Amino acid sequence: MYDVAVIGAGVVGAMIARELAAYKLNICILEKEHDVAMGATKANSAIVHAGFDAKEGSLKAKLNVKGSKMMENVTHELGVKYRRNGSLVVGFNEEDRVTLETLLERGKTNGVEGLEIIERDRLTVLEPNIADGVKCALYAPTGAIVCPYELTVAAIGNAMDNGAKLKCSFPVTTITAHEDFYEISSGNDTVKARFIVNAAGVYSDAVARMIGDDTFTVHPRRGEYLVLDKECGNTVSHTIFMTPSKMGKGILVSPTVDNNLLLGPTAVDTVDKDDKSTTPEFFTSIFDIAAKTVKNIPRNKTITSFCGLRAVGDTGDFIITSPREHFINAAGIESPGLSASPAIAEYVRELLGSDGLKLEKKEDHVRTRRPMHAFREANIDEKNRMIKENPAYGRIVCRCEGVTEGEILDAIRTNPRATDLDGVKRRTRAQMGRCQGGFCSPYIIELLSRELDIPYENVTKFGGESNVALGKTKEDK
Amino acid sequence: MTDLVIIGGGPAGMSAAVAAYERGVRDILILERDDNLGGILRQCIHNGFGLHKFGEELTGPEYAYRYEKKVRELGIPFKLNTMVLDITPEKRITATNPEDGIFTIEAKAIILAMGCRERAKGALNIAGTRPAGIFSAGTAQKLVNMKGYMPGKNVVILGSGDIGLIMARRMTLEGAKVAAVCELMPYSGGLARNIEQCLNDFNIPLKLSHTVTQIHGKERLTGVTIAKVDENRRPIAETREYIPCDTLLLSCGLIPENELTKCTDATLSQITGGAAVDQNRETSVDGIFACGNVLHVHDLVDYVSDEAEIAGKSAADYIDGKRNKTLNIPITTDGKIRYTVPQRITEAKELTVYFRVADVYRDVKINVYDGEKLVFSKKKQKVAPGEMEAVKLKSEIFAYAKSLKFVLEEA
Repeated sequence: MYDVAVIGAGVVGAMIARELAAYKLNICILEKEHDVAMGATKANSAIVHAGFDAKEGSLKAKLNVKGSKMMENVTHELGVKYRRNGSLVVGFNEEDRVTLETLLERGKTNGVEGLEIIERDRLTVLEPNIADGVKCALYAPTGAIVCPYELTVAAIGNAMDNGAKLKCSFPVTTITAHEDFYEISSGNDTVKARFIVNAAGVYSDAVARMIGDDTFTVHPRRGEYLVLDKECGNTVSHTIFMTPSKMGKGILVSPTVDNNLLLGPTAVDTVDKDDKSTTPEFFTSIFDIAAKTVKNIPRNKTITSFCGLRAVGDTGDFIITSPREHFINAAGIESPGLSASPAIAEYVRELLGSDGLKLEKKEDHVRTRRPMHAFREANIDEKNRMIKENPAYGRIVCRCEGVTEGEILDAIRTNPRATDLDGVKRRTRAQMGRCQGGFCSPYIIELLSRELDIPYENVTKFGGESNVALGKTKEDK
Repeated sequence: MTDLVIIGGGPAGMSAAVAAYERGVRDILILERDDNLGGILRQCIHNGFGLHKFGEELTGPEYAYRYEKKVRELGIPFKLNTMVLDITPEKRITATNPEDGIFTIEAKAIILAMGCRERAKGALNIAGTRPAGIFSAGTAQKLVNMKGYMPGKNVVILGSGDIGLIMARRMTLEGAKVAAVCELMPYSGGLARNIEQCLNDFNIPLKLSHTVTQIHGKERLTGVTIAKVDENRRPIAETREYIPCDTLLLSCGLIPENELTKCTDATLSQITGGAAVDQNRETSVDGIFACGNVLHVHDLVDYVSDEAEIAGKSAADYIDGKRNKTLNIPITTDGKIRYTVPQRITEAKELTVYFRVADVYRDVKINVYDGEKLVFSKKKQKVAPGEMEAVKLKSEIFAYAKSLKFVLEEA
């Protein structure tokens, strides 16, 4: 019997699990995919928003501003890359300026610090590549960037290091309410828990319905992105947004913490909660749209593209509710969900507390975690000491990102363990560079096969039927 | 201080090492990232290597072993599993391996021979899902030939580069079914002999002016949509066709791998992606040479060996102080000829200029101009982007030239 079952191992579920793992609680995290961070968490803008966007007084506003302030410390504890690069919402005309002034006022009301409107002369100093048509911008120095899947892996890992259990490939299909516990089933497996936190992303409405809560719906909103080579990471240093208008929020141009350049997202409402395909229209339009705000973006340096599905609730705000005893929804967590996630976790913990969950701090709780990039960030003497202890750190497997065998083995051996190629990729960046695994993936499969003690052809890209090799050569037919 | 450090122990690096040794250099070190010498040739188990160089048909591993054997017999030192992390313009090399950790070497001369990589799927902007089952052709080749595993059973190949053609045959021989090879351009980028021996001999259709427009399948690839493209290479919607398959191989171009070259501040050619070099294959940085596919992509390894020999001998002369640079003549091209190697002449001695054309042309003249003056002309029945061409220029042609321009004239 678990005290709490957290459904969903995205960034929200991860931060909640980590928050709860500080208390004397028996926790399990249930994830339908083969790994953590598989939904909107691995496919978003990777921005820690300052907090001027959300409507005054909303949960979004409150938790965004608070989460944004907490994020630097959280990432520090978890050893996750974070850069306070500041953001700029750029305007092209007087109409935009009026909107920016509204955002400025809203930001001040929300408690965002350091906001100001700056003119083109200062803007071109901050960002030499800003497009010629840009007149002014709302400057938010507290805007930041973070790697969302690295954060999620680290938070789940930290929760696990403090005793939480992770069950992947556990799609919740039914929840049965008993007198003082719930029985949660995936069809193949069942767990019992006294409390449930529903952080199931685009499926959180379906999970809520399993206990009879039909007060909200969540629909997916598609967002397509392009990732450019590290050579382009210096095109801009701030995150560049367009001024939101009737035409939508526009797209952003931003460096990532790993120095790639990110362009996107589109925003198209849909019904299919699984369709993460990119569209031809995206590829033909994205560079022209990005060029409106930033010039000199090379068109031939794309290394990959992807589509994420934001979980959009029907209330216009985050849906953090308690529809019945011992059950908390953390649903409809669209943008700024990543930014708000540390604050959402605290808020959910408080709700659980007032709902009767006994919260007693663990004496031996550890808040920190060894950074996944510990080797990479070390100086040469430290690296050589580590190579001497473990020669695998001396062997580069992924030449594009400079990832060593030692780091890949760490990813396979530490909580939450990578069990497929994409899991290794998200934890180490191996296969994430310009050759996209062309050279190193056959060897990484070998490492996974050896470490997990499974045949080579059973290694998958991301679980399920996504096997990479389909049998041996010269096999009897 | 080491006299000569060679980055890469593939055909280019080994050939350069042997040539430098034979010219008298003894203090040589080859740094190879893989666990054996030979480079990509180790996975190229098909034949057709060595026709020019040895007058016989060898497999890739056999060709590589001819050089590996020499390297071993001559006692030229090499370090395996060693990845070079940085090279400074002052020729200070930082590398890492499991035995030595991270170490630095100062070199008198360096030869860059790191080879090339394949253009990855992400660079192609194909719409659709991101399932397993999409491989660059070389990755599939490694899985089949080195690891003994099948990337899939029902295959579509995008791009008709040589590795794609070779893999069409290889997958067929291993029992897979190759439905089609789609090529965006109206001509193939591969060698004519490979089209014949790898596609035609196995009745595999080559669909010119076709591309893959969409990827289907959530976990493993289930199919691709292909379409014919118009003269601007845009897909024509009415020609869309769905092909069920579990595997898509990509052979859409090779990119010289010059991340380390950039660290040296050497000038790069915008067209080849490799360093701009003189006839000695010396880059714009004194004492740093480049050869093989890191310099420009070759179709035949035989020419890689030739080029590497030039680099090896020239590095030896550089180390001995026997270099005699008296000229500085840039070579430019007209666009129909995309690029030449070398891009600059610095010595008054006969040389071979290698070049590639931008399109398929018939009955043309390769003209070389010194300003307005035609100084060299050679007729060609057919030239194509997939086949590297070469002309020999005698020194009297350019001894007093300010610059040379290579122009392709159509009849």
